[in-house]
Amino acid sequence: MKRRLLISLTSLCMTILLPHGYASGADLAYISNEKDNTLSVIDLNSFDVVNTISVGLRPRGITFSHDQKQLYICASDSDSIQVMDIASLQVISDLPSGEDPEQFALHPNGQHLYIANEDSAVVTVVDTQSREVIAQVDVGIEPEGIAVSPDGKWAVNTSETTNMLHWIDTSTFTLVDNTLVGQRPRHVEFSDDGKILWASSEIGGTVTVVDVASRKPMKIIDFKIPGVHRDRIQPVGIKLTKDGRYAFVALGPANHIAVIDRTTYEVESYLLVGRRVWHMAFAKDQQLLLTTNGVSGDVSVIDIEDLEVIKSIKVGRYPWGVAVSQK
Amino acid sequence: MKATMTSIHHHNTVLAIILMASFLFTVPLASAGAVESLTIPILYLHQTIDRPPVLSNIHVPPKDSGIKGAELAIHDSNTTGRFLNHHYQLQYISANDLKTAQQQTKQWLQQGHQLILAHLPAKTLVSLANTPGIQGKAILINIAAKDDELRTQHCTTGLLHVIPSRAMLADALAQFLVVKRWRKWLLIRGGMPEDKAFAKAIKRSAKRFGGKLLEEKHWRFDTDLRRTAQQELPLFTQTDDYDITLVADEAGDVGEYIPYNTWRPRPVAGTQGLTPLGWHAVVEQWGAIQLQNRFRSHAQRPMNDIDYAAWVAVRAIAEAVTRTGDQDASTLYSYLFSEHYELAAFKGRKLSFRPWNGQLRQPIPLVHPRALVSQSPQPGFLHPHSELDTLGFDKAEVSCHYRLTL
Repeated sequence: MKRRLLISLTSLCMTILLPHGYASGADLAYISNEKDNTLSVIDLNSFDVVNTISVGLRPRGITFSHDQKQLYICASDSDSIQVMDIASLQVISDLPSGEDPEQFALHPNGQHLYIANEDSAVVTVVDTQSREVIAQVDVGIEPEGIAVSPDGKWAVNTSETTNMLHWIDTSTFTLVDNTLVGQRPRHVEFSDDGKILWASSEIGGTVTVVDVASRKPMKIIDFKIPGVHRDRIQPVGIKLTKDGRYAFVALGPANHIAVIDRTTYEVESYLLVGRRVWHMAFAKDQQLLLTTNGVSGDVSVIDIEDLEVIKSIKVGRYPWGVAVSQK
Repeated sequence: MKATMTSIHHHNTVLAIILMASFLFTVPLASAGAVESLTIPILYLHQTIDRPPVLSNIHVPPKDSGIKGAELAIHDSNTTGRFLNHHYQLQYISANDLKTAQQQTKQWLQQGHQLILAHLPAKTLVSLANTPGIQGKAILINIAAKDDELRTQHCTTGLLHVIPSRAMLADALAQFLVVKRWRKWLLIRGGMPEDKAFAKAIKRSAKRFGGKLLEEKHWRFDTDLRRTAQQELPLFTQTDDYDITLVADEAGDVGEYIPYNTWRPRPVAGTQGLTPLGWHAVVEQWGAIQLQNRFRSHAQRPMNDIDYAAWVAVRAIAEAVTRTGDQDASTLYSYLFSEHYELAAFKGRKLSFRPWNGQLRQPIPLVHPRALVSQSPQPGFLHPHSELDTLGFDKAEVSCHYRLTL
């Protein structure tokens, strides 16, 4: 069935087959392979790579439009955001992105894309409909992680060498506050209620939990894995379950995912995944968590109910980002 | 390593304010909680380090090594500083001898400033750091002198080292060789004091990590090896079977002609071939490509180990200023040695200063001209405090009386 679905996808017989194919339930995961200039597409029923798609140079951050009809791809070395039409799997346009786009976040309005431009110390805001840059905001050195609050009020960006979270007011596109965190902040993630922001510090080896109302740190979380030197514990990606129970933190070269109880902020367990794990995405209505493991070139699949790694799937070279189309 | 009278500038002393960070005032971004403005002036004190003539002049070290790294770090720090209302300034002074260096430093201190990057030969640096009126009054950061004695005997309170010592470099290489099981070494060295010093560091590493030095050879070639290396070097390197040839030739004279010309088909490492360095243009992991790109667009050339050391020195200060909100040297100095201090500097680990001699702990890349081969410490070389302390002089090997307060 999936093979037929794939063939149907690539042969563009979409209008007839797609609704049926999707109704039968395959979530698809799209993985950006930084050193192959491709995306790997994984069928999440069979856990097979069903397609590999050539894209721009050095693809890193990827995210879906709200209707999941388009996939936005940071093609860092092409200095553009590519827009891929999911029905045809063709890149249909490029958005202006500023130099070296690395990560981005889509505003709840579905229209404004907030892009971290790693080489030029700015955050670029692009209107995905008019395809125009509507604002550029100066931030610290090496902007990296970016998130927009669920109410759309804040865009928060991390700068890796400045070691700050930069708070951008989305109504005025101005930077209004900065929060100093541990060394080399990589990623930020809002809780679903928008009250708490989680930020990872890769070299600091910590995760800072920030109260959004005051924009002040309220908790700093440390990690300890027996047999792994603390310097190798380098938090990057963060995912928060919508039921409020868990925070998952990818620990880079420590090759583990930390599972944090969000009521106590204690680490409940560490799950061994592939080598140099950076980013994650939920799949199957948050029953599964996928991780990209850059050095081993694979994706680990975690069963969230059992907190177990159930599968590892070989993809391209240096898998970086992951986005899941959920149907 | 004597002082030279030539300099990259024509006059004995050139005072040049390189970066006044004029752009700082264009972006009103300081946060709601921002406090009063801080200005942090840093002096870059430079004495050209003499280089002997070498056979090949293909790779001439850039004359602006170091200063370009410091300039970039000032720019990076000001980007951070504008959110906190902190303004970093760099002043470059070329001093051709110890006396000028002392005068300029004293003048700097009289102006109420205490932060200095020292791009000086070891001899000048030791004398300067121990000058009454300077000793213990300033934070002096060594960005160029790799001499082991500065870390073992001549440590002075207030003097920090961000450039790795020869011992750190040799240990980094030795660990890699041991991991590869290339334990039998042929050592070839030149006649300069630096070559002897590096050879000494190699011998120390052999003892520490179990390398076996089959033979040490000292060349006295006075022919032009560019033409005769193929005839001369096989004879010169004929000895019991070795796993690798190690070269100690810091200036890049005869050593450049040793790879591929040895009697046995063995790899070459040391100052040529596989080389341990604080930094090199091929380092791209751990986000380093961002730093390499920024440097290249600033300096129009690749970043070398002295550039990196200067960059790290400024960033080390700036990080302490950012976290303490203070520019007072004694506050910064205490913070640099506090358990809270950590510095991200594109080497995949947080860096910190050794409290027994002020040396910056750091991983050491092992490179060939086109790629990174490895980075030490190698996995498995353990240490009760930090694996990074398996490189260079550990606490027990150092007898300095080094104070952690200014």
